[in-house]
Amino acid sequence: MALPIEEIKKLIISSIPDATIEIKDLMGDNNHYSAIIKSKMFNGLSRIEQHKLVYKSLEGKMGNELHALSITTEGK
Amino acid sequence: MEIKEKIKNLIDTNEVCLFMKGTPESPQCGFSMAVSNVLKHLKVNFKGVNVLEDENLRQGIKEFSDWPTIPQLYIKSEFIGGCDIVKEMFEKGELKTKLEEKKII
Repeated sequence: MALPIEEIKKLIISSIPDATIEIKDLMGDNNHYSAIIKSKMFNGLSRIEQHKLVYKSLEGKMGNELHALSITTEGK
Repeated sequence: MEIKEKIKNLIDTNEVCLFMKGTPESPQCGFSMAVSNVLKHLKVNFKGVNVLEDENLRQGIKEFSDWPTIPQLYIKSEFIGGCDIVKEMFEKGELKTKLEEKKII
């Protein structure tokens, strides 16, 4: 099952409203993505905590519908 | 043994413990292979735990770490992260520093 880019963005924005998101579809198959996400909410958090915020925003889809989303997070 | 206890035992008895799909010799997923290769590159002795052999472990480790994906790396019982974090730390030299601080290499 694939998840389109716009859907991923929408999910992330709903939990992290100030997020700046760049997503690349690595293989052009709606299934292998890489994302760079910047948000003030990441400031002061460890990388693990930052990634957990993103995973939580994806409501359990990570590791299921969304197999391959590599994430880079940065504060703002 | 309960799965949480089993996981705790694995990370406490192996200084560097990688929960992965497949084995270090024969990874079954690109992300697991990437982390395994980083550790090999840094000449780290590590225990690879193949979650594909045990469905309880595969689900259990996700709950244990509160982390939805495999691979997962533990160093001296500390959760370091998944593939993205390990790669980023490796590229920035932070992983080597961490391993040196913990007297692994």
